[in-house]
Amino acid sequence: MSSPDTNAEEIVEESIEPQEEPIIDEKREAFVASIKQDLGSGFIDSHIDPEIDVWIRVTQEAWLETAKILFEKHGMNFFNFLSAIDWKPSPFGREMDAAIDHLDDEVTVETEMEWGVTGGEKRFQLLARVHNPVTNIGINIKADLDGEFPEVDTWIPVYPGANWHEREVMEMFGISFKNHPNMVNLYLPTEFEGHPLRKDFPLLSRRAKPWPGIVDVELMPGEDDDETEESGEET
Amino acid sequence: MNPEASTQQLSYIANQASDARVNIELETEGMTLNLGPQHPATHGTLRIIVRLDGEQVVSAEPVMGYMHRGYEKLTEVRTYPQVTTLVNRIDWLGSFANEVPFILAAERLMEVEAPPRAQWIRTALFELSRIANVVLFLGDMAVQLGATTPVFYAFRDREFVLNQIESVTGGRFHPNFDRIGGIKDDLPKGWIQETKDVLARIHSFCEEMQDLVVGNEIFQTRTRGIGIIPADIGLAYGLSGANIRSSGVDWDLRRDGGVGLIHDQLDWKVWTHPDGDSFARYWVRLQEVRESCKMVGQILDGIPSGPIMAKVPRIIKVPPGEAYVETENPLGVMGYYIVSKGDLVPYRVKIRSASFNNVSITPWVLKGVYVPDVISILASLYFILGDIDR
Repeated sequence: MSSPDTNAEEIVEESIEPQEEPIIDEKREAFVASIKQDLGSGFIDSHIDPEIDVWIRVTQEAWLETAKILFEKHGMNFFNFLSAIDWKPSPFGREMDAAIDHLDDEVTVETEMEWGVTGGEKRFQLLARVHNPVTNIGINIKADLDGEFPEVDTWIPVYPGANWHEREVMEMFGISFKNHPNMVNLYLPTEFEGHPLRKDFPLLSRRAKPWPGIVDVELMPGEDDDETEESGEET
Repeated sequence: MNPEASTQQLSYIANQASDARVNIELETEGMTLNLGPQHPATHGTLRIIVRLDGEQVVSAEPVMGYMHRGYEKLTEVRTYPQVTTLVNRIDWLGSFANEVPFILAAERLMEVEAPPRAQWIRTALFELSRIANVVLFLGDMAVQLGATTPVFYAFRDREFVLNQIESVTGGRFHPNFDRIGGIKDDLPKGWIQETKDVLARIHSFCEEMQDLVVGNEIFQTRTRGIGIIPADIGLAYGLSGANIRSSGVDWDLRRDGGVGLIHDQLDWKVWTHPDGDSFARYWVRLQEVRESCKMVGQILDGIPSGPIMAKVPRIIKVPPGEAYVETENPLGVMGYYIVSKGDLVPYRVKIRSASFNNVSITPWVLKGVYVPDVISILASLYFILGDIDR
């Protein structure tokens, strides 16, 4: 909104505003710093959404150690969930969607891996979340895993609730857990082949019958003919 | 399991064993009992294999997957607005509440916020679906312990709540009403007054349950001291909602979570119970229905006017990023971890459902209890199979 003839006062206001924007979340910064100190070389990266959330990334070897530190030192005694992310884009590309959704009429198959918050190096990333119900700080923990069928320490000694989550990750991603007392399928039949949540596991129903695509973009009666923006309904 | 947990568990089993001294002296042969997959105590198809020594459970192993629908895979090939249709079916007794955390997570990634009126209506429907869900539990728990009447009262009065949800959203069980940036429609004419009448009915239903069930001596004998879950063990297993509040943990995301619902503007109370047994879980849920009625009443009085949709593009592309949003759903903490790559469809959605964690404690809590108490404990943990299997 600055015009050439902006007077000095307005410039001062504008220069203050950008400084206010980065909110410093001291509680979470201190929390991450403490974990970093305890983990040492096991700690790779962190990300803080001020006043909202925290992510840390640790090495595969430090996975169990992280849980212990969070449980014992930071009161993170509420176990939220444990899962994994497969970062390798689907070899079927957008073929799994309908052609109508390719806005630019191009079927692109991504081959490069792109990681999300706190980055990554490997195809599989473990993702877990624990929470402190007293201070209400939750933390997302990620860990890169080596190889196509990785193995990592179980969290059961610290969080017994991880038992079923780890079984689910095992059958859905093919990631097994060392020292898990009962490493068998949770949902799938024992003889099931493949790991359904891997990106290279095809969704067969989609291949048999193509998806109709975004069909609900037709205008409802009474709506204005605005293709790009839906205006707020006035009451 | 940490050492403290196992000592508590051992002392609990020892107490139970001393009560059943006769059985141990006789040393009956072990027996395997299949509970389910069609047992009425399972709200769906959960099978529990219990190994028995006489009347006592030696080990219990739940078997799931009879209703696994693969929602985490399906969300990867559906656009964001289409996902709400799927997640409606997770906890089918309080469907609207399933949509809310997903929409809030998508809104956080898109950096849009619903206008105040939409947030108030959202919260009202969120609490109404809690009432519809938990009212059924209040009757259902009693029917599983042998009292048939309360469940008919529950079905009768839940219908009025569902009618109110239907008249706003058009769906009794699967509203599919929440949208990124707001809600689909405004409230119909006369809805506020009708809802007030329904709340009065639910209030009298709660009084009825207080007299019929909570005050019932048989009910108390069958639930008090049964299935005690200490707070630290409950938390480590990820128990949430009324299950953990009845173990004395004063933690409710509606008060402490601070996400886009308006619970912080209402006057209400988080109920806890120190006992952690089946009775406490029933009692806390009964109080929560009353609190929800109070909340909806306040919302109806204070609902602001204004638009119900923020400005969002017609074709929704969510910017790259990751977000986790959890809310206090009828069954406990429900959250969605969304990984977006700036596409029409989410790259990965992790659904954290409450019942999955709530039921994962069953092998621990069922160890050493009597067979009839298994039903009392399972009923009081209150899970819905759609919420376990997803």
